[in-house]
Amino acid sequence: MSQSRFKTFKDLPKEHLLGTGTAMCAGCGGLEALHEVYDILGEKTVFINSAGCMTLLSVYPYTPFRGSWLYTSMASASAGAQGVRDAMDILLAKGRMSAAEDMETVVLTGDGSAYGMGLSSTSGAIERNLHFLYLCYDNEGYGNTGQQSSGATPHAARTATNSGEVGYPGFKKDLFAIWAAHAPSYVATVIGAEPLDLARKIDLAKTLRGPRLILALAPCPTGWDFDPEETVEIGKLAVQSGVWPLKEYRNCQIVHTKIPQKRIPVEDYLKRQGRFAHLFEPKRNDALLQEIQNRVDHYWAPLERQGGSERERG
Amino acid sequence: MSKRLMLTGNGAAAWGARLAGIDYLPAFPITPQTEIIETIARWIDCGVMDARFVTLDSEHSMITAAGAAAATGVRVFSATSSQGLLYGMEMLYTVAGWRSPFVLVNVSRGLASPITLEPDHNDIFAARDSGFLQLHCSTCQEVVDGILLAYKMAEDQRVRLPVIVNLDGFYLSFTREPVDIPDANQVARFLPPFDPLNQGFRAGTPFNEAVAVLDGSAYSYFRYQAHLAAMNAEAVMAESAAVFAESFGRRYPAIESYQCDDAEVVFVMMGSFATKAKAAVHRLREAGQSVGLLRPFLFRPFPATAFREALAGKRGVAVVDQNLAPGLGGVIHTELAAHLYGHSGDKPVMVSFIGGLGGRDIGPEEFFEMARITQQAAEDGHPPPPRLLYTATELREMKKMQAIALHLGGEKRV
Repeated sequence: MSQSRFKTFKDLPKEHLLGTGTAMCAGCGGLEALHEVYDILGEKTVFINSAGCMTLLSVYPYTPFRGSWLYTSMASASAGAQGVRDAMDILLAKGRMSAAEDMETVVLTGDGSAYGMGLSSTSGAIERNLHFLYLCYDNEGYGNTGQQSSGATPHAARTATNSGEVGYPGFKKDLFAIWAAHAPSYVATVIGAEPLDLARKIDLAKTLRGPRLILALAPCPTGWDFDPEETVEIGKLAVQSGVWPLKEYRNCQIVHTKIPQKRIPVEDYLKRQGRFAHLFEPKRNDALLQEIQNRVDHYWAPLERQGGSERERG
Repeated sequence: MSKRLMLTGNGAAAWGARLAGIDYLPAFPITPQTEIIETIARWIDCGVMDARFVTLDSEHSMITAAGAAAATGVRVFSATSSQGLLYGMEMLYTVAGWRSPFVLVNVSRGLASPITLEPDHNDIFAARDSGFLQLHCSTCQEVVDGILLAYKMAEDQRVRLPVIVNLDGFYLSFTREPVDIPDANQVARFLPPFDPLNQGFRAGTPFNEAVAVLDGSAYSYFRYQAHLAAMNAEAVMAESAAVFAESFGRRYPAIESYQCDDAEVVFVMMGSFATKAKAAVHRLREAGQSVGLLRPFLFRPFPATAFREALAGKRGVAVVDQNLAPGLGGVIHTELAAHLYGHSGDKPVMVSFIGGLGGRDIGPEEFFEMARITQQAAEDGHPPPPRLLYTATELREMKKMQAIALHLGGEKRV
């Protein structure tokens, strides 16, 4: 990432744009990521929000945003972005708005919408090559309603609707691949615990036109059951264990931006979270733990066969 | 220069949007509406209209995009029908709450199940509490003029709400009638470019739209605001209609009154089927009966005072609802009753009829029968429960179809 202006932590923005005192839970990994993203995007942004935790950021008459905001619905934030972007383009083309008044159109949505109900409107926006940035804070469940399983819930996690001994029986959907299959301008995974990697990706995304996904894993103390002070650590473990690969898609190529030099066992990540406690107590479920580890190993095997030689961008 | 064209209702809707100088058309195809968006898309493609057309993935998205674009400051038009209107229902309520002024044409079509293509008003009445205002057209001319009046009403500072202009599928959407297309310059004077006032998303002018509220007091305040704005629309409509009549010579009262002044019994009907009632009134008058017709053009806000005045001193009202609220009856009947009663003075007896569902015809003899039943109810003071129009011939044909269906089904099972 030699071209990036973000070389070390010292290069990260010193000023923070998002106001404090929001209704988010203590230790919210989604808010952590949003803070970092917003600092790079700047205040010339209009956030188009879909139903989720972050809908409670703007509660009348307060807002933590310096720019603009439009709440839409759970399913149609991308269509809202289409309407706003198209209208701004029309106003620009007809001379009814100046270029200085133009803004970046940003969809802000949780995984419940991004992986499920919002897919239709989002797929449509991508196929129309809409110029917008789509920021998903992925806390792996319907967090705002109490962490029921969503299309983003990982295998075996306990949720409000999966309390049995094997937890959630499904598998986390690959939203990165779903987006990449549309051949958009940019797709990237990020996590607030890796702010330099995140900053570089947002900075690059800002320079591109068209649909761009920023998919942020959002460690959720409330839904995942860990202490709020551990959010950053859990996030780092997600990356080091290989559970959350940091990567980007651009020009039909996928590049991993931070390959763990020596992956730590997945259970080191799982055992820190109450939602996976049933895998360890009262009796350790070796078979299921191995199954989860195998799936992560399988993901990294092609890269590691090349001796981890895939070029890291930067 | 104005000109006279033979247009379908859909063609007339497209002309309305063209004359209104729309900037943006988010669209999604559905029968019987599709001809509207195809016509406008063609005009945009060949350069006669300077607007942007985009096909969304659904009506839910389409109405979201329409509301969002209007909130950003452009003049928006869109169109749908039936299942599409219901698919977008969540967003009808939502964008009305945004106070996004734009015009949505609905081409009425009966709702599933059973799935059908022909018209009735259950689709549009499902949206009656959404906050959208409603105009109901009975001719192709009214479609063009109604769209222009709808923009005047939607964009007025006292209103700022979206408007649905309704026309019936097939009976109006695909029926050609001569239509006066007003002169574009004259229209531009009647309807100047959209002024977004203080609404819009612009860098340097932070604007938070549709934020959450967490208590009933704030929620009630904004909901009341929308109601009061909708109530303002009746006066705005009357003002606009007066200017329109001066400019273009056509009058649009909130309720069209036909042969009502001396009538004892009055039909109340809406949309293109009201033209059948008009013909029936003519025949009934020839047969010596004192009947008339009231046809609301404006349905939201509900023209309650105009109805009360028009029905003062009448003996009976036959409300012919082209919709059905199962377990209740007809929507117009109940709404009208709610506004007529509760005031002092003599009231006409009201009889509820359900007809025209899924495009079912209403024959002249049925209007005669409805007039007779209403006269009878006025005399004995006992209106019957909602009458479901159906003829013996229809029932016989239905039985034949049932016999075929049962016979074929029986063979399969054997």
